[in-house]
Order: sequence, then structure tokens, then C-alpha cells
Amino acid sequence: MAWFQRKKKGILTTRNDQNNIPEGHWVKCPKCALINNHRELDGNAWVCVKCDYHYRFGAGRYFDLLFDNATYTLHDADLVPQDPLSFTDRKAYADRLRTAAQETGMNDAVRAATGNVGGHPVSMAAMDFSFIGGSMGSVVGEIVTRAIKRAAAQQMPLIVISQSGGARMMEGALSLMQMAKTSANLTRLDQMRLPYISVLTNPTTGGVTASFAMLGDINIAEPGALIGFAGPRVIRETIGQDLPPGFQSAEFLQDHGFVDMIVDRRQLRSRIVHLLDLILEP
Amino acid sequence: MAKNQAAYLLDFEKPLVELEMKLNEMRALDTNGVDLTQEIAELDKRVDELRSSIYQNLTRWQRVQLARHPLRPYTLNYVEALTTGFVELRGDRYYADDPAIVSGFATFRGSNYDYIDRTVLVVGHQKGRDTRQRKYRRFGMPNPEGYRKAGRLMRIAAKFGKPILCLLDTPGAYPGMEAEERGQAEAIARNLFDMACLPVPIIVVIIGEGASGGALGIGVGDRMLMLENAWYSVIAPESCSSILWRSWDYREEAARALRLTAKDLKKFGVIDTIVPEPLGGAHRDPDAAFNAVGRAAAAAMQELCTLSPETLIAVRHERLDQIGKFSEGNA
Ligand SMILES: [Zn+2]
Repeated sequence: MAWFQRKKKGILTTRNDQNNIPEGHWVKCPKCALINNHRELDGNAWVCVKCDYHYRFGAGRYFDLLFDNATYTLHDADLVPQDPLSFTDRKAYADRLRTAAQETGMNDAVRAATGNVGGHPVSMAAMDFSFIGGSMGSVVGEIVTRAIKRAAAQQMPLIVISQSGGARMMEGALSLMQMAKTSANLTRLDQMRLPYISVLTNPTTGGVTASFAMLGDINIAEPGALIGFAGPRVIRETIGQDLPPGFQSAEFLQDHGFVDMIVDRRQLRSRIVHLLDLILEP
Repeated sequence: MAKNQAAYLLDFEKPLVELEMKLNEMRALDTNGVDLTQEIAELDKRVDELRSSIYQNLTRWQRVQLARHPLRPYTLNYVEALTTGFVELRGDRYYADDPAIVSGFATFRGSNYDYIDRTVLVVGHQKGRDTRQRKYRRFGMPNPEGYRKAGRLMRIAAKFGKPILCLLDTPGAYPGMEAEERGQAEAIARNLFDMACLPVPIIVVIIGEGASGGALGIGVGDRMLMLENAWYSVIAPESCSSILWRSWDYREEAARALRLTAKDLKKFGVIDTIVPEPLGGAHRDPDAAFNAVGRAAAAAMQELCTLSPETLIAVRHERLDQIGKFSEGNA
């Protein structure tokens, strides 16, 4: 039985909503070109049934996947971004925000929730690439910060699912400072000896990688995820040559010692439960 | 210096420098008994007016150009002017020394600025002055080793109770393949984490360019000082232009949109103090810039050194927690 704190109409997706896809929806696998059925993908954590390609997976889906019985309480869904810089490029930031909110049903690129994972109460935040590339501005920084504070206040482990192009340009230095803000708050958990598991999904780059995503006691990456600081295009332009295949992939990061393990999404929940058991039980 | 300045003229400075040259010529003129005092005084006045009108109404992009001026004082110039007995300490103890970040202990000449002389750790990005030096310093763009060296030395400063003076001046962390292989993101993140809890005062001065995580990686502190013509943002205007406008041509628009000047950032609560520069930029009168930074740093140090480590860290965290703009509830 799934239940949610409904604060605002249209903000939350439920498992039912997500499964409410007609039979006829098909999507081609970008890796092996197999035509996957939506319903089949739903039952397979959106991993290609043939080649294990990991499709993008939204914040709500991660909550459903990871919390016991897909049951959790959402927090801070009522935090709304502003446009402190009155930022305009080819399009006004205010318009981008409005469009993104309409298309995603979210106010910004991260959601926070609490609930049980393998019977352990957990504070969780999950980013969502579908909202302006999962970029981190003031709201994302604040919601992640509050998820950390919630973990500290209630002595719970923290899990953050990252999925982001980095700090959000349209909030300028305010976005940049969210890196420092979130990282500073993580020191509380460290001092209180509360575990922090960071899950890096496709893609995790820029200011998010260079702050809370890399600071897990345990860093888990999804197979094939792009993870790095500079984007591949920038690096290519800097060095003036093509990048080797697999550069900045999850596997590359594991080889170089920056993630502890690569976990298939279908095993993510059981692996996290096992880790929490090992750390929290005597 | 004057000749050098002419060689590195920014477009918007040209009318002023032409007028200045005219004035100098007139002053040097063999007047043969003709009195030019009146003419010189008038031209002098025009130069002053033009100088004020140009430099007091700088666009954000013009300030970015001043922040990148090839004659602008760099970290080691500040070290030389503001400290004695600087001992550079090198290496991250894991892989290499990164010359794009310099660090070491020195005696800060606080007594010159109504404070006391005291040992500090200086950490700063370092750019090169000529082609060879620029390459050696990687244009002030650090590799992970630079951040790890800075982190190592800041922990040592904390151990010995020495305040830390961070000087920020970078176009960004180096976006190379090796930097990624050795964990650029982890190196920066680790410094953000560690600097948050160092039990000594950290004074950050943005002296030139403050681009993104590459700047922030040695830029978490108790007081944020920023030179009047420095810039600090989440991305450089050119890169922002290339991503959002899909062209490199909108750097002026991007500079404006990013609100990256000291005045902007003071308004947003990102920095505490704007350090005034001599008219025309720090390179036009470096000593004035050194003194302004020295005075501001001494004042900050004096204030912070009276606080207990617990208070210092608590206030540092509070300060960071308050940065960001959003609305909540039904707003
Ligand atoms: Zn496939």
C-alpha cells in the first residue's frame, strides 16, 4: 500500500501513475536497438532486457525502487526556485522554470523523502535530469542540505541519488555556493558517524560530482553512467583529440579508484540494504 | 610600466591612453618660452574626466577583461608585497606538485595595517607572466594535485593554529584527461568538505578570475573579500555563451547575465567586502591594490582571530547555509 503526503496537486507521481502506460508504447534501446515495451521496462527497473542498458530513471522511480513497499514521505516539495539574477539567454530563466515545472510536475531538479530501506529509517534525496538537466541551483542545494540535516536530526543514514549536468548557470555564483553548502553539511553526518551512500547515475558531472556526489562513505555507480568533472566536449576541445571509448564511464571511475562498486539498478536496493545492515548492525 | 601598459591595451582603454600620451607629449614639449600651463591643465582635466567616465561605468564584460589583464598582480606578487619570509611548500604527497597552485607559510605584515605581524598559510592560484611561465603554471588551471596539495597544507596550518589566506585567480580547474583520471571532482569536493571544518580563520580574496569549482576548491572561508574588478561565477562568460547561446559570440551578454562582479555578489550575500582598486584596475597602481588587500585582510584576521574554533566553524556553516534564493510554501 503506497501512501504519500500530498501537499500540492500534480507534484507527486505514484507507482500507479507511472505504470499507467498503454500497452502500445515502445522505445528503442540506444545501445542494442532492441525495441523495448514500456510495461516490460517498468518491471525491469528500466534496464534493457537484452543488453542491460540503463535508461534514465526519475527521482520518483528511485524512491519507489528503493524504499520498502515503495512507501515514503516526501519533503520540501513546496520549495520553489526564484530568478534572483533575472537571467536571460536566448530564453528567460523564468520561462525555462515554468516549462520545466509543467513538463515534469516538479518544482526543481531534486526530491527528498524519508522512509524505510530494509527496515532502516533513511533520509533520501534523488535528483532528476528531466528538470533543466538536473542542474543544481538554490533549491537543489537547499533540499539536499535539508535532507542531510534531517538525517542528522533523526540519526538516520543518508542516500543521495545524483543525476546532474552540474551547477545551474542561471543562478550564477549562488549555484556555485551550493557545492560548498552541501559539502559543509555532510561534515555533520561524518562527525555523528552516520553513513552516507552516494549513488551516481547517468550523467553526474560538474559541480554535483565535485561536491556531495563524490563525498559518500560509499560511492556506488550505475553501469555505463557518465561521471566526471569537466564535460567530454570541453576536454575534447582542450586536448584537441578524441577521447578513448569508455572515458569518464562508471567503469573508468571504478578503475581509477573513485567509486566503490558498480551496481545494476535491478540489484541496487538489495545492495544498499546489505550495506546498511553491515554498517548499522553490530 | 607605462610602455608595457600600452602594449596590453584593452579596447575601451584606448581613447584614454591616447589622451594621456598627448598630455605627456605636451608636458615634455620644449615650449621655447610659450606658456602652455593653461592648455596642460585643461587637458589634464579632460584626462581625469575621461578616466572617471570610463572606469566608473565599466560593463561587466569590461571588468572581466580587467580581471584578466596580463599585467594584473598575481598571487606571488601579493605574497611578495604583503608578507616576509615566504617558504613555498610543494607536492600533494600522492602524485606530483602542481605549479598552478602555490602555497606556503609566511609572515603577514599585519603591522603595516593596524594589526600585528603573524604567521599565515598562503594558498593561491598562480598564473604565468610570459609564454613559458604560462605553460608551466597551466594558465592558473589546477590539476587534482593542486587541490590536494592545498588541502594537505591547510590541514597543517590548522594543526599549528595559523590563519589561512586564500587568493583566488583561475579560469577554472584544468579540463584535461589526466585531471579526470586522477579525480578532479573528488579533489575539489574533498577540499570543500575539509575547509568547512578547519579550526582556524580562513580569509578568501578573489584577486582576479574566480571560475567555478576550480576557484571554490580553495575558496571556502570565513570572510570573502573581492577586488573591485575581479569576477566570480559558476562558469566563465565564454563557456556560458557557448552552452546557452550555442555560440562563442555572446560573452558580453553572458557576463551581464551571470551577475559576476563584486557589486553583484555583495548584493547576493556571496561576498562580504569589496576591496577597492586604483582607478583603471589593479595593474595601473599595484601598490595601491596590495595595500587595499592588506588592509582588508588584516581587518578580517583581527576580527576572526578572537573567535574560538567552535564559534568560527559554526558561523562558517551558518554563513553557507544562508546562501541561496528560493520561496517556500504557497508563495
Ligand atoms: Zn539494449
